[in-house]
Amino acid sequence: MLAYLIRRLLYALPILIGVNVITFALFFVVNTPDDMARMQLGVKRVTPEAIEKWKAERGYDKPLFWNASAQGAKKLSDTIFFAKSVRMFALDFGRADDGRDIAREIGLRMGPSLAVAVPVFVLGLFAAISFALLLVYFRATYLDFAGVVLCVAMMSISGLFYIIGGQWLVSKVWHLVPISGYAEGLSAAKFVILPVIVSVLAGIGSSARWYRTIFLEEYTRDYVRTARAKGLAERFVLFRHVLRNALIPILTGAVVVIPTLFMGSLLIEAFFGIPGLGSYTIDAINAQDFAVVRAMVFIGSALYIVGLLLTDISYTLADPRIRLQ
Amino acid sequence: MSLLSVRDLTVSIGATQPVGEVSFDIARGETFALVGESGCGKSMTALALMRLLPNAARIAGGAIRFGGDDLLVRSEAEMRTVRGGKIGMIFQEPATSLNPVLTVGAQIEEALRLHAGGDALAKVVELLAAVGIPDPERRAGEYPFQMSGGMKQRVMIAMALAGEPELLIADEPTTALDVTIQAQVLDLLHELKTQRGMALLLITHDLGVVARMADRVGVMRDGRLVEVAARADFFRAPAHPYSRALFDALPENLDPPEQKSAPAGRQALLEVRDLRVHFPIRRGLLQRAVAQVKAVDGIELALAAGRTLALVGESGCGKTTAGKAILGLLDKTEGEVALDGAPLTGLVPDRMQMVFQDPFGSLDPRMRVGEIVAEGNRSVDIAGLLEHVGLDAGMAERYPHEFSGGQRQRIAIARALAVNPALLICDEPTSALDVSVQAQVLRLLADLQARLDLAYLFITHNIAVVDYLAHEVAVMYLGRIVERGTTGEVLRSPRHPYTQALLAAVPKLHGEPGEKLLVPGDPPSPANPPSGCHFHPRCPHTTTRCREAYPGAAAISDSHFVACHFPS
Amino acid sequence: MKPVLLWSDALFFLLIAAALAGALWASRIPQLRQSWRKVGESRTGMAAAVLLLAFLGVAVLDSLHYRERLPGEGENYAVEVRSALDALLTGLRTRTERTYSAPLATHSFAKESLDGEVGRDFPRLVYGGAHLGGDPAGQGTDLLARTVQGLGTGLLAWFALWLALAPLRRRVPGLAWHAAFLTLLGLCLSAGVVAMLAQGYHVLGTDKVGQDVLYLTLKSIRTGLLIGTLTTLIMLPAAVALGLLAGYAGGWVDDVIQYLYTTLNSIPGVLLIAAAVLMMQVAIDTHPEWFATAAERADARLLALCAILGITSWTGLCRLLRGETLKLRELEYVQAARSLGVAHARILARHILPNVMHIVMIAIVMDFSGLVLAEAVLSYVGIGVDPNTISFGTMINTARMELAREPMVWWSLAAAFIFMFALVLAANLFADVVRDAFDPRAAR
Repeated sequence: MLAYLIRRLLYALPILIGVNVITFALFFVVNTPDDMARMQLGVKRVTPEAIEKWKAERGYDKPLFWNASAQGAKKLSDTIFFAKSVRMFALDFGRADDGRDIAREIGLRMGPSLAVAVPVFVLGLFAAISFALLLVYFRATYLDFAGVVLCVAMMSISGLFYIIGGQWLVSKVWHLVPISGYAEGLSAAKFVILPVIVSVLAGIGSSARWYRTIFLEEYTRDYVRTARAKGLAERFVLFRHVLRNALIPILTGAVVVIPTLFMGSLLIEAFFGIPGLGSYTIDAINAQDFAVVRAMVFIGSALYIVGLLLTDISYTLADPRIRLQ
Repeated sequence: MSLLSVRDLTVSIGATQPVGEVSFDIARGETFALVGESGCGKSMTALALMRLLPNAARIAGGAIRFGGDDLLVRSEAEMRTVRGGKIGMIFQEPATSLNPVLTVGAQIEEALRLHAGGDALAKVVELLAAVGIPDPERRAGEYPFQMSGGMKQRVMIAMALAGEPELLIADEPTTALDVTIQAQVLDLLHELKTQRGMALLLITHDLGVVARMADRVGVMRDGRLVEVAARADFFRAPAHPYSRALFDALPENLDPPEQKSAPAGRQALLEVRDLRVHFPIRRGLLQRAVAQVKAVDGIELALAAGRTLALVGESGCGKTTAGKAILGLLDKTEGEVALDGAPLTGLVPDRMQMVFQDPFGSLDPRMRVGEIVAEGNRSVDIAGLLEHVGLDAGMAERYPHEFSGGQRQRIAIARALAVNPALLICDEPTSALDVSVQAQVLRLLADLQARLDLAYLFITHNIAVVDYLAHEVAVMYLGRIVERGTTGEVLRSPRHPYTQALLAAVPKLHGEPGEKLLVPGDPPSPANPPSGCHFHPRCPHTTTRCREAYPGAAAISDSHFVACHFPS
Repeated sequence: MKPVLLWSDALFFLLIAAALAGALWASRIPQLRQSWRKVGESRTGMAAAVLLLAFLGVAVLDSLHYRERLPGEGENYAVEVRSALDALLTGLRTRTERTYSAPLATHSFAKESLDGEVGRDFPRLVYGGAHLGGDPAGQGTDLLARTVQGLGTGLLAWFALWLALAPLRRRVPGLAWHAAFLTLLGLCLSAGVVAMLAQGYHVLGTDKVGQDVLYLTLKSIRTGLLIGTLTTLIMLPAAVALGLLAGYAGGWVDDVIQYLYTTLNSIPGVLLIAAAVLMMQVAIDTHPEWFATAAERADARLLALCAILGITSWTGLCRLLRGETLKLRELEYVQAARSLGVAHARILARHILPNVMHIVMIAIVMDFSGLVLAEAVLSYVGIGVDPNTISFGTMINTARMELAREPMVWWSLAAAFIFMFALVLAANLFADVVRDAFDPRAAR
């Protein structure tokens, strides 16, 4: 078990390195720092001096991989690759264009992101599983059919409309909660409640429908027939046998996103003015702040890899076939 | 008065009628066997009795009376007290019929709570002991995947017994099990039935099982019950032509092939020396191979042109692996395979071919029969070849899904013959077929051998088929050959205790119910074979020597060898 | 007039040609024909297919590009690249108002100070209801008349189609033609009414700069469809080739391919897209000399977006195909082919590929709706299509600001919502039917 986890961890390392190399290639090889500078300073009226200054301010004035002019180990370390990419492994992300330390900013913004993402995750999972259970309990009836139609209709609506519709109805027409914004502590609730409801609604269609198919597939298994042959009532067949088996893929599948909850949601945070990492990323994209985007890509990947690891662990915990072998 | 009385039971799925107007009675304490080939509606009948039909099917008419009670008018809730309480049921596939994430104890306890009550845990242990599971306290806390197939079927039986049913329905309870385990489970069922005065509805395709177990027999065909008779009468003189056809199709009743006595002592076409196929078991941080599964562990074979060598053994003994390694589909770990005296390094498509077990998996569904047959030899005369194996030349343009299992197996044989091989490796080619179709395919194989001077390496677990087709037999146990010789020597005077047990475990048509013949326990895992002689934990004659050293091959005659310290 | 073939047009037509060729190939293989027949027998499937075909028709028209010849001597062509759809909708495109107007309105949405009068009032629209003259009182009767006229025309058009398609219906009996023609009837009637009304009014109103919203919505369809289909086309070869290779070859090849897709998969999709689009923006902006027209630049950005979406989305299909190939490799007919000495490449092409095609098919239709939705979100976030490309995302983006106005400008958003919902719903329903028909497990 421990050996297995260590092996998974070791396996994660090359992936993280791969991500790092891809990001580096994307940001510095596809376009040269000169291109970036020219783009940010305006393509037409830019002087070579201005470009040099822009690069020097951001540390982009070094060679990419090999600094021939430096001494000793600095030949390797005094390069863009080392300064911008390798250092990310030590959680050193450098500074944003506005001069603030990115790592510090990330620490500050995690809270608001989690305040929205965690309730969305928990409630969303609960709502989708409950809805799917309801449909499966009444399977092959009109209720099931109507439920599936509702699911398909709901998943055919763009998330943008859920947000816009929610804001318009709840905040503008009913004046129940503020349309956007955020506050620290308990008073955050009134800002968080709408984005949470909107996100859960936007996601429930596709996930409930998916869970329904998992449940139904589980229903075709032989052990269900055995349970019925015992004389078990249908609701016990569902809750004791089918649910228990189906929850293994559902829950372990959900585990992978838990770490990435820290990243927040780009769309929700932008619309509702939540000062989390999602809106940080969006602002960086709009301001073309390369350092921030690069940092977010790296963190996102690292968290996803942690998620994969957690998935493995949760599988070994949830499934006796794996736990005991 | 009979316990169960079925009158004109009809089940329909849409416009089709898988069960039509079936009537029979089962008395208390009686074993009634429902026999028939696949698709005859016997399982559907059983499910209809429990009212557990699949969604698409419904009971279209008739009456089911159980102890004077009409089951068809009962509400669903009342029916639940019948299921498991009055009527218990066990199924064909013990591997999938148990819930994989609940302990077997919990699953039995659930049945107990529904129908009995009392001190559940003690009763679970009691039930597990009753079905012959050793160390029941510990086993109750285990999950199904930790048990062997035979053990799982015992757990299923324990679960069905929990409600102390008056009738036990066993739907092909031993079809998925090996023959030695089948004998154990059949014995257990017979014993429990006698002890508890339970009636047993046994659904099977195997006339041997019927002979061993049944008091009365019903024969089903195309959803109809064509004959009901007492066992003695049925086996002495089956009344219905279809019943007679079933008997005639059994390999032991087939006319022996003409060539059977033909060329012995010719020079060996195939020689296998010390063949080993090991698969590594990887563990730990670096996934190093910590052990080997010795699927095939040093086997010697020789086969001459025009003759058949049967490789016999139970599942997991390595016979299929051996076949694939000889063909070259699998890499051998050690040893040598020689054809016409020349050692082989890989596949030799034009000399050696294979016919596979599953008639549905062995033909590409997206290719026409003509393309399939010509796959190895594009210049072959497709029409001639198809006629050769008893098919129409016009079938070349059609797709596999239009054909029955037997026809598909003929196509597979034609495909192998297209390259004019000298040797065919047949991996259980008839075990997925019904007995009447099996007879046709066996006749075809015998006929082809006579005409083309083909050699067969015939891999099977079916002793009757061996007796019909093979000239020589090699018996495998846990990756090694324990006995080999001519068919007469091995089947008529077996010397190895395993061969004896294997032969004794096969249900005989003219046996008596409840006949005792047992090899205890399950075959051990090839990843962790027992010390000394692999068979010693199950052998009745074990001595210290057996535990310590693997026996060498002792020659009984020029052709008969046995790997046993004490060949009886 | 000079025809212009944008890269996306070429790929789009290539895709359609490939789809037709694939259909021809599939019709020769009974299992595939059977599966498609099942799709055709489903009422939902046929209705959704008709709707999708209508959208496809609009997109095809919008992909026939040309540059108009400028009046005067010599070979001078206009800078703007137009499409056949633009030519058809010249009226809608050119009749722009000054600013917002509500659907079917005759007057502007906002009060303005009018010339020669005291105070502010709603000015009369230049085109909307212009035929009514100075007195818009007869608008009600006019609308009614046009609606009736539109219904009549629609009915006629439907009847003509019904007659024209009769031979097809006879040749392939047993399909859910009723559902198809019912959907077609609905489409014809609404199209007829809209077409009649659009000649005199802005049926869906106008936006801030006075452009007809109906025109914008129709133009958005091509963008959505292109993203939904080209992305798959771009990623398909890599996903199929790598998936089959990993599953069939095993060993280190499998390890490398698995590493590749796990790595790509571990970068959060939106962020990878954001980073890539950002970098692409830099490349495009710093090399203006690459593109002759604005249309070409927007087109390049659209294609680049498809490519990036493709890179982020091939991993799922690749993994599926790898798993399936692993299973197929052990099947007896593959073993039989190997023992017959058939070469690996031939086994892959003859045995493996045809037997995983249903998975590819299901993946294509399942991905489509997701990609259309993704386009809207990405464009909204600013990492989607070029801001000058008309798409659902850019429409929603501009419309969103208008919600805050008092009174609210709702029609742009409503129009985008209705069209997108229809497109995605049709795609989802069709995907469901296709999956049920092709998935061997669902058949049980």
